[in-house]
Amino acid sequence: MKLKGTQILLEMLKQENVDTIFGYPGGSVLDIYDQLYQSDIKHILVRHEQGAVHAADGYARASGKVGVCLVTSGPGATNTVTGIATANMDSIPLVVFTGQVPTGLIGNDAFQECDITGITRPCTKHNFLVRNIDELASTIKEAFNIARSGRPGPVLVDLPKNVMAAQTDFDPANVKFRNYDVPHKAAPKKIANIFDMLQTAQRPLIMTGGGVLLGRASEELTALAKKYRIPVTGTLMGLGSFPGSDPLWLGMLGMHGTYYANMAVSHCDLLIAVGVRFDDRVTGTIETFAPNAKIIHIDIDPSSINKNVTVDLPIVGYTKATLQDLLHFLDDHHYAQDDDTRDVWLREIADWREKVPLTYCSEGDVIKPQYVIETLHRMTGGDALITTEVGQNQMWTAQFFKFDKPNTFISSGGLGTMGFGLPAAIGVKCAHPEKQVVDIAGDGSIQMNIQELATAAQYNIAVKVVLLNNGFLGMVRQWQELFYEKRYSHTDMTYAPDFVKLAEAFGVVGLRATRRDEVESVLKQGLASDKPVLMDFRVSREECVYPMVRPGESITQMTLGSREMIN
Amino acid sequence: MERKEHIISILVHNKPDVLARVAGTLGGKGYNIDSLCVNTTTQKDISKIVMTTAGSQSTITRIENQLQRLVDVISVDDLTNVESVHREMLLVHLNISPDNADMVKNAIDTNRWKVIVTSDTYTIVEITGDQTQIDFALARLETLDVADITRTGLVALKLDD
Repeated sequence: MKLKGTQILLEMLKQENVDTIFGYPGGSVLDIYDQLYQSDIKHILVRHEQGAVHAADGYARASGKVGVCLVTSGPGATNTVTGIATANMDSIPLVVFTGQVPTGLIGNDAFQECDITGITRPCTKHNFLVRNIDELASTIKEAFNIARSGRPGPVLVDLPKNVMAAQTDFDPANVKFRNYDVPHKAAPKKIANIFDMLQTAQRPLIMTGGGVLLGRASEELTALAKKYRIPVTGTLMGLGSFPGSDPLWLGMLGMHGTYYANMAVSHCDLLIAVGVRFDDRVTGTIETFAPNAKIIHIDIDPSSINKNVTVDLPIVGYTKATLQDLLHFLDDHHYAQDDDTRDVWLREIADWREKVPLTYCSEGDVIKPQYVIETLHRMTGGDALITTEVGQNQMWTAQFFKFDKPNTFISSGGLGTMGFGLPAAIGVKCAHPEKQVVDIAGDGSIQMNIQELATAAQYNIAVKVVLLNNGFLGMVRQWQELFYEKRYSHTDMTYAPDFVKLAEAFGVVGLRATRRDEVESVLKQGLASDKPVLMDFRVSREECVYPMVRPGESITQMTLGSREMIN
Repeated sequence: MERKEHIISILVHNKPDVLARVAGTLGGKGYNIDSLCVNTTTQKDISKIVMTTAGSQSTITRIENQLQRLVDVISVDDLTNVESVHREMLLVHLNISPDNADMVKNAIDTNRWKVIVTSDTYTIVEITGDQTQIDFALARLETLDVADITRTGLVALKLDD
């Protein structure tokens, strides 16, 4: 069967079970868009290519599938770079198709030409320039395979216009490709080592990360913790991998971690770190991180092990398979923790929790951002998919929304990309139209991809934006307050659009709350709507995220806001 | 930790950009490549890259792990602590004048340098050897009138074990 390149692309997308793609047309992809016109694949037209990648990213995180986007060459392609780097840092499987000028013009500085494979080489898991129609089908298959295998990541496929217009024989049942899946299974000896270490440990702690969600190992991790009463802390990316309302959950650790999580990690004698990479925001100064602990590190990527923190037992393996093996081994060997020792450890943690709980001060009529998030959690019963922007909004969400289920917290952790939340929410809602999807935003971040309100309006993708509007680039202002004697250099964002009017101009419902007693009714109205809604909460302007560990300090050195610093 | 030169031998699929990917992985993570040699193997779709880089053992392990992540990398081997043979090559353009003709001839003969081209006014010689021999040759060349010089990266081959 002879098919055109554009037809092969769509056939291959079907073969990969792609039902939704996010994109933006242009000169080099006109032929592909012409083919799409006759296809039943759902295409969401974004308003900026960065939005397309974040939407595909949100779709991937919420659905567990590979997210797909399609953009044109040159500026269309370069606009995807921030989105690709975001997905790369958080190991999200994406396939990004970019148009390219005809092969004969590559290198000639043709109109809308750029070397996008060169530009994205350091921020993709892999990329391809398809130079020949005969390589098209196998390259697409490889791209999907690479994106989802091992430690997932974004793959870019550059498609020159003439290649897509050419024809070749295509046999969908017989597309050859190289398989990259890495069959990692932890050696039984290592599992036995964990058993030994658990037997001697008196103060064990589990630290869960994004690898547990990507590896779909939440069930196993939760079983391990609950069965043997091991307390659990998590990184930002690990939120939702263990139920946030469980008494064993200590909340996030690190720079804005809870007091008790940071104290627990600093006092534990065994740290079982699963699917984490020991980011500097998590560890504080490395020398004093978990100083008393033997560290077990389970991760699929050998390059993550011993990179930042030197560990005692490195285990390269899929988080799910490794934890399953561990659970079986512990069961077979009748591991039983000493209940008295465990009680002492859990009591100690409970004391830290009582001493410095995660809290904030209410001030009369003023809306506290934390209050908005708590109220949102209460009103949704936690049954919502939450995306965030980056900064204070993100940290307050991590602290005050209790995530009970995997893949319900969707945020740019590694790269910290402002402007992620709204387009990501659109992608999430496309994956789960029946779910309540909320972007918790700040007034700085939301303006970075505000144009995507038009996308939400066009397709009636009923995402809800909870805007914590403090008229500042809040997190930068917080650093200026704490470390630069309140010299608020270029962080005042008071000059901003009227967000309610702006929402309405986009065809989105706009609501506003300026007093605490309005929060609940605005949320109620916003959440009940079957349309996209932007809720503008005018929150206290100079609220800080606490606890806070100063950069370069030990995570036991927390600034607690109005309370004094506690060692 | 002790910084030491390491010889890393990398087998890769001979795909477009593979050298850029390998070099970029090191450069992007802040590691320096001191020397580099690339060519195909007996299989033309597989290439071998031999490079030298300096660092502590933990740095080198990190580099190996980062390289292993690349889709087109088949294997990464640190040849530093295993038995292996090493060679580099110099091509040297030496000017010859009536004043130094005897010196040049003497240097070529005593060091057994291989003459590739020669004329009345210049000669081009090929010098191969391991790093010590190359360093020795370079010292010897300082006394002669060198017009131009090209040095390859180091190539290395593991002895059978």
